[in-house]
Amino acid sequence: MPIVVNDLSYQYGTPGNTQFALEHVSFTVEEGAFLGIAGHTGSGKSTLVQHLNGLIPSAAGHVTVDGHDLGDKAERKLARSLVGMVFQYPEYQLFAETVYDDVAFGPKNLKLSEDEIRERVLTALQRVGLDPDTFKDKSPFELSGGEKRRAALAGVLAMRPKYLVLDEPMAGLDPNGRSAILKILDQLRREDGCTILMISHSMEDLARHATRMIVLDRGKIAFDDTPEQVFEHAEELFALGLSVPQMTYLSMLLRQKGFDAPSVYNDETALLEWIEGRIRHA
Amino acid sequence: MRDITLGQFIAGNSLIHQCDPRTKIVIMIVYIAMVFFVESIPAFAIPFVFLIVSLLLSKIPVSYILKSLKPIRLLLIFMFILNLFFTTGKHEIFHIWKWSLTWEAIYQSFFITIRIVLLVTGASMLTLTTSPIKLTDGIERLMNPLRVFRFPAHELAMMMTIALRFIPTLIEESDKIMKAQLSRGADLESGNLFTRIKSMIPILIPLFVSSFRKADELATAMESRCYHGGDGRTRLHSLKFGKQDLFAGLMTLGFFGATLAVFIIW
Repeated sequence: MPIVVNDLSYQYGTPGNTQFALEHVSFTVEEGAFLGIAGHTGSGKSTLVQHLNGLIPSAAGHVTVDGHDLGDKAERKLARSLVGMVFQYPEYQLFAETVYDDVAFGPKNLKLSEDEIRERVLTALQRVGLDPDTFKDKSPFELSGGEKRRAALAGVLAMRPKYLVLDEPMAGLDPNGRSAILKILDQLRREDGCTILMISHSMEDLARHATRMIVLDRGKIAFDDTPEQVFEHAEELFALGLSVPQMTYLSMLLRQKGFDAPSVYNDETALLEWIEGRIRHA
Repeated sequence: MRDITLGQFIAGNSLIHQCDPRTKIVIMIVYIAMVFFVESIPAFAIPFVFLIVSLLLSKIPVSYILKSLKPIRLLLIFMFILNLFFTTGKHEIFHIWKWSLTWEAIYQSFFITIRIVLLVTGASMLTLTTSPIKLTDGIERLMNPLRVFRFPAHELAMMMTIALRFIPTLIEESDKIMKAQLSRGADLESGNLFTRIKSMIPILIPLFVSSFRKADELATAMESRCYHGGDGRTRLHSLKFGKQDLFAGLMTLGFFGATLAVFIIW
């Protein structure tokens, strides 16, 4: 069963001077999807994802995860073990003396047996590409930035969430670190059947990895479609303070100049072949 | 967590707001002395009128002043009852076993309560009308003479300013960390006192780590902008006494004189 968000609104501010962070947002996330969430700063992305595991109780509207309504306090706790949440800069929540203990924090809270915890921690560390033998006894504070990020991610993965929500998981990482995280996410989706919801400002990453995209604008859904369809609306996206992948932009410019360049969004081969053909003919 | 109101300053442009922070701090000290010089309930009228006059001049809603009493309401009740029980006197109303309620006890209870209420509301007048920056500025200037004894007045004031500045940042940060740990199934609400304290560790350690990191970054940022402490430093907004300070000073002096007169005559 999927995550269903139905007519969700969220207001903040003082009485008489309220603003909508979310305004009548509805959508459904099917199992196995890789949902990309984009939007300008302050569009309500972070507020939206915090509703998905009940960190913000839904005041108006409903969020249900596998049929559990998060409006209910007891159901909310249950949903937290279904929906894993990775915040921006998750390495800032590392606290334990060893990487092992930190990753084990989640499973321990689930009151699992020692053996089960051990198994989960080791698998999670392997999943994020940290060799358990080298890393498990290290202090999380002596790792490099990218390693810290992955250790924190392992801490969430050890909960074995069915849905994984990530708020800009690649922010501040170098290209190597970025692709490492994206690879982990793709693996999780393919091999463990984990549903991924990811906020990102990188249109390239969304184009390449998302199966579906939601674009938020001032608390409302502006687009909800496949990346291919969404990136067709380049002008609207620019108006929302967003952009399209570089390749899409290039072919768009070429077409504006009167060339018949193919429209691309995540696979530049067609465009490259077209350019190559033009050069040969010239 | 978010409901904590700190630096309860209410911006305004009243006579009191315009006063120099040094004036207000000194007046505050005089006011406290005034309240302690009062020895009978009727004489509290003098500091009370003083408080009301400054409240009217400051144009601050009465509700804000009353709000400052909320955190100490338990203390007030406790003090009231304590005095009721432990004050001895001659005019007995009734007694149960070894304990007796006297008129003196009732009088003393009210006396102490009024005194604390006047002290707290008066002190909150200072923080309500003075921005934290101005307040630390004033404290720094008042402590300046102590520099002769190598007292780090500027550094102390700077530390206070930075501490105040970072309170909202730290609240935001702890909110974020708390949410992250809640997402990992942390239980912060149940269990006995010991388990609850233990459950704060995953929040406190990241908070400490990030505070140290932020302090380090701030120090670097300040040094790269050539901050080097108090020596030879000039100010963007230098403090100046004005007519309103003279007025406030004279008014305070009048009320203080009246209190002293009552104190000496009675």
